[in-house]
Amino acid sequence: MPLSITKSIQEMLLSMMSESAAYYAAMVVVALLYLGIFAIAGLFLVLLERRIAAWFQLRIGPNRVGFQGLLQTMADALKLVSKELTGTDRADKFLYNLAPYFVIISALMALGLIPFTKEFQAFDINIGIFFLIAISSIGVIGILLGGWASNNKFALIGAMRSGVQTISYELSVGLSLLTMILLTGSLQLSEIVEVQKGGWLIVQGHIPAIIAFMIYMIAGTAETNRAPFDMVEAESELGAGFHTEYSGMKFAYFFLAEFINMFLIAAIATTVFFGAWLSPFGITESIPWLGVFWFLAKTLLLVFLMMWFRWTFPRLRVDQLLTLEWKYLLPINLVNIVVMAFIVWQNLIIQI
Amino acid sequence: MSYFSNIFNGIKTLLTGMSITGKYFLNSRKGAITQQYPDNRDTLKMFDRFRGEVIMPHDENNEHACTGCQKCEIACPNGTIEIIWDRGIDEYTGKNKKKIDKFVYHLSMCTMCGLCIDVCPTDAIKWGQNFENSVYDRTALTRVLNKPGSKLRPGVED
Repeated sequence: MPLSITKSIQEMLLSMMSESAAYYAAMVVVALLYLGIFAIAGLFLVLLERRIAAWFQLRIGPNRVGFQGLLQTMADALKLVSKELTGTDRADKFLYNLAPYFVIISALMALGLIPFTKEFQAFDINIGIFFLIAISSIGVIGILLGGWASNNKFALIGAMRSGVQTISYELSVGLSLLTMILLTGSLQLSEIVEVQKGGWLIVQGHIPAIIAFMIYMIAGTAETNRAPFDMVEAESELGAGFHTEYSGMKFAYFFLAEFINMFLIAAIATTVFFGAWLSPFGITESIPWLGVFWFLAKTLLLVFLMMWFRWTFPRLRVDQLLTLEWKYLLPINLVNIVVMAFIVWQNLIIQI
Repeated sequence: MSYFSNIFNGIKTLLTGMSITGKYFLNSRKGAITQQYPDNRDTLKMFDRFRGEVIMPHDENNEHACTGCQKCEIACPNGTIEIIWDRGIDEYTGKNKKKIDKFVYHLSMCTMCGLCIDVCPTDAIKWGQNFENSVYDRTALTRVLNKPGSKLRPGVED
């Protein structure tokens, strides 16, 4: 079965309605499909995080609801849906209610670009990487709005820290991806995957690619506001940071967005550095749909790496956070781009 | 040059930390410290220094080591221990001696400070490992620690 989802759904609908109607209906169906899949996937990521956190701390983790606790986060989500939506006095109600949607929508929009296999990609825009970087920056507006509109000092401090952090680390994410763009020569994600058929980019670009990957993972962890960069939430300092005043489903949106963002950062790293859905050494090239398996395997490995970071490293102070970005990551990144440009110019790429 | 050594030192220490947590992660299967309590009620053993309640161990002849000196009663900051004592002829020595009638222990007032156990000269009272202390009626929390018919173990006072 071909997984070319947008096209095949459109063709299926075309037999039932006119062309333009089928076009719009297909978009709605694909959007709902992604929404459904990733709402569930986000819930399972939360469960994964909790189990892995428990194992790192020599605990057992949630294992009661369903087999090995598989339904735990479903139950949590049901509880959150049924809870009252509270708010503070004199909060800016409009912005307060708007903020979670900014965060969750920007997280879900970026997912459309991820190439799960050759065909399973909803939206193959020719400025793919640029679009991803742009859309992932919109999420911070939601956080700022949420913190500002909550009328709570902890939320405000958390939101402002988030602004500082995201603006700083956005640079590193962009530049480390730019380093890899030098190799691919294209921003389109399907093209980037195509280039990697002669060896994953982290192999092709060897030393500068590995440096770029390390910088990307550090900056990506900071982008998602996860420990050790969780200045934004910093439970021990700020209550819950920007979402202190949120409850019920609105809180769940923020929570889900954090995990979808984490998946997204890992998925971009998989696409750009580890050959997306390409199997290692092309062992399953004859079975195209196994691409989903390889993609998810690589992505979850990187997600695990981020969880490993989270449960190992202590939180950075604000000044250390900025020192790391502006004094270390950014200069290294700029030098790295020059090195990569030299390597591409001299054709020192490792091709398999 | 300390700029570059900082970077390498930073990466090295981060990797050290990650290897430690990684080891914990891999050993979590057998080394988990979580007790799945109601399920393993039969096999659950509390740790050595756990302070559950004060108990008075009796040996197989129904004899304990409490001489009735009342040091624990004096040491207790909130009157948890009440010793009802009497005088009588001791079978072992044949002398008229002080002996306990009832060692009353109010668990409801006990803060588990352990002063009574520290102060006991004959180690007659110890920490018990029982942690399921909830009862439906609070009179059940007032306990007589010496068993009925028990007496002082000969030779404890020597």
